[in-house]
Amino acid sequence: MADSSNHRAAILGSIRRSLGASESLSAIAQEYAAIARTYTRSSMSSAIAVVELFEDRLREYDAGVYHSSAGSVADAIAEVLTARSKKSLVIPAGLPADWLSKDFAFGEADAFDAYRLDKAEGLLCGCTVAIAETGTIVLQNAPGQGPRILSLVPDYHLCVVFADQIVATVPEAFDRLKATSDLPTTFISGPSATADIEMTRIKGVHGPRFLDVLVVEEAKA
Amino acid sequence: MSEVPAQTAHWNRQDFPAAAREMLENSQTRKNVQHATNVIQAKRNKVTAEMPDWEDLREAGAQVRAHALRHLDYYLTQFEANCTRAGGHVHWASDAVEANRIILGLVQQHQAKEVIKIKTMTSEEIGLNAHLEANGVRPVETDLAELIIQLGKDRPSHFVVPALHMNRQQVRAMFQREMNLPDLGDRPEDLATAARTYLREKFLRVKVAISGGNFLIADSGGICITESEGNGRMCLTLPDVLISIVGIEKVIPSFRDLEVFLQTLPRSATGERMNPYNSTWCGVHPGDGPKEFHVVLLDNGRSPILADKEARQTLQCIRCAACLNACPVYHQTGGHAYESVYAGPIGAILTPQLHSMGEGRSLPYASSLCGACYQVCPVKINIPEVLIHLRGKVVREDQATFAGKFSLWNIGMQAAAFLFKDASRLAMAERIGQIGQKPLVSKNGFIEWLPLMLNGWTQTRDLKAMPAQSFRDWWAKEKAPQANSSQRNEMGHDG
Ligand code: SF4
Repeated sequence: MADSSNHRAAILGSIRRSLGASESLSAIAQEYAAIARTYTRSSMSSAIAVVELFEDRLREYDAGVYHSSAGSVADAIAEVLTARSKKSLVIPAGLPADWLSKDFAFGEADAFDAYRLDKAEGLLCGCTVAIAETGTIVLQNAPGQGPRILSLVPDYHLCVVFADQIVATVPEAFDRLKATSDLPTTFISGPSATADIEMTRIKGVHGPRFLDVLVVEEAKA
Repeated sequence: MSEVPAQTAHWNRQDFPAAAREMLENSQTRKNVQHATNVIQAKRNKVTAEMPDWEDLREAGAQVRAHALRHLDYYLTQFEANCTRAGGHVHWASDAVEANRIILGLVQQHQAKEVIKIKTMTSEEIGLNAHLEANGVRPVETDLAELIIQLGKDRPSHFVVPALHMNRQQVRAMFQREMNLPDLGDRPEDLATAARTYLREKFLRVKVAISGGNFLIADSGGICITESEGNGRMCLTLPDVLISIVGIEKVIPSFRDLEVFLQTLPRSATGERMNPYNSTWCGVHPGDGPKEFHVVLLDNGRSPILADKEARQTLQCIRCAACLNACPVYHQTGGHAYESVYAGPIGAILTPQLHSMGEGRSLPYASSLCGACYQVCPVKINIPEVLIHLRGKVVREDQATFAGKFSLWNIGMQAAAFLFKDASRLAMAERIGQIGQKPLVSKNGFIEWLPLMLNGWTQTRDLKAMPAQSFRDWWAKEKAPQANSSQRNEMGHDG
């Protein structure tokens, strides 16, 4: 762009004229640090209450909620897929092999082609963190979760969430996410929905119409 | 290359009072608008009430946004450096013409004849679609409401639910016509399915997408987009090229600040605890999303607003539209009466300022100053305060012109100011008024008609006639002697 740099200078110049002399970096950092953050960071003591709240919120979004213990994830997944009449699912690289029951086809592809994904029966993946208060699952481009396209194009999404991945509040989730904030990140709260027509909530406009969540309880010591 | 309209944030066909009168006559639109805003309002009130820390979140949000604006140059350059490092290209556009030029140039570089778009008010503001069309590129809106508006050749009337002024029968008729679906049903599900099928083919095929951005994240160089339907994710994930056009005021210092806004924005905007999808990304990420990413930072009248300390808070806005839903004026008129991309209370203060008060001058008056907008704003923008501030600006600017100085309004206002400055002058005016009003007072004790420019006021209101004795006269006769003596008594005690 021949004159984009002129525009850059013009805009920054205009901002500086409007704001007056700029301050030192340390003054800015200090001012930022002094922002009052008196809002709630964590709100629940009992892990069980957190899981229960997460599940309630998911049900409110019309998502399916299932349970499993740490030792029997594969069986639980098989059960959900049978209930949904699914035979084959797409999976991201790095998904634990012991989640996959031999009775179903799980296809891992390196280069995901949108047209092929559009024909896929669904996706199975894990997550980075989940938020109880808002019923949210957070996916990042990491092993077992994969690129954003996976949770987007197939019409069905089964997500496995371990109980210790569920935090109560949004700020707690950000505590866990901040180290990897530069990864492509997707917050999913229920299946795709719209309320554009007469404020009626309709499921699945463009994203998956069906979301199931399998909550894996910790193995009791 | 054909020219674009210089700035289209304000459509400027007519002033608010005239446009509002037109809108008030359309009872179907009023019904649709009132239904939609009532539903969202009720949901919003419920999900904000369940947050014991709601006020703390508002306060933190306001402080973060105000801080970012105070150091906007710093945070923008930080964003630029981090986004570039992550493989993105950052462009700067002072105005609509430049932004349109950059975007069209990028689209043409990729020989795209069609682009898919995520709902973005910034693109409406610069008139991007018209510019693309004039140059042989077909923009396809992918947000359901925006698609409705585009196919219906309508204008958005609300920036969260832009088609809230239409009901399902209206949408159905339009889809039947435009998508060639004579048998389409009118259940919302039918309409959504039609849109899904219509758009999916485009998502999979079209190679260039254009989006806005809810937040620019300075410390990661990332962008955040919040949405419901998944069309946003489609656009920012599937095409090879993504171009995001974002107002310079949208920057927040840190990824972490999203912990505040991802709580306040969805609850304020759609009355949900969280919207179905939020996406963040930084530059390009091999194997995930577009191979080429551009962000166009748009000024278009924003930077001068920073100079006005009282009005600067306008730029804190995170476009949740809660103020529209809460506004009794918006309820009655809907969004089109504002004649602006940005409707409602925030539009009433933002639009005229984006035009350096050269356009939209009637908008600061499009409010009853009831304060509902301030109460709901998740970043605590004191809209009534800014409205009054801008009204003052309009008046002072008008007075400074020759025609303004000698206008009846100004003379009247100056006279009022002269009278109110001095008690004896006011008492004299009251006495003259009591005598002068006599021919105008009707039997019921009201004045139903006033002469000259005051006539506009009495067209819709009755004015109670001035009483025979003013309060000041009454006080002087009845109460002042007692008040004085009791004051003396108290002083006596003290002494
Ligand atoms: S002014 Fe406040 S309430 Fe209105 S849209 Fe902006 S953030 Fe929302």
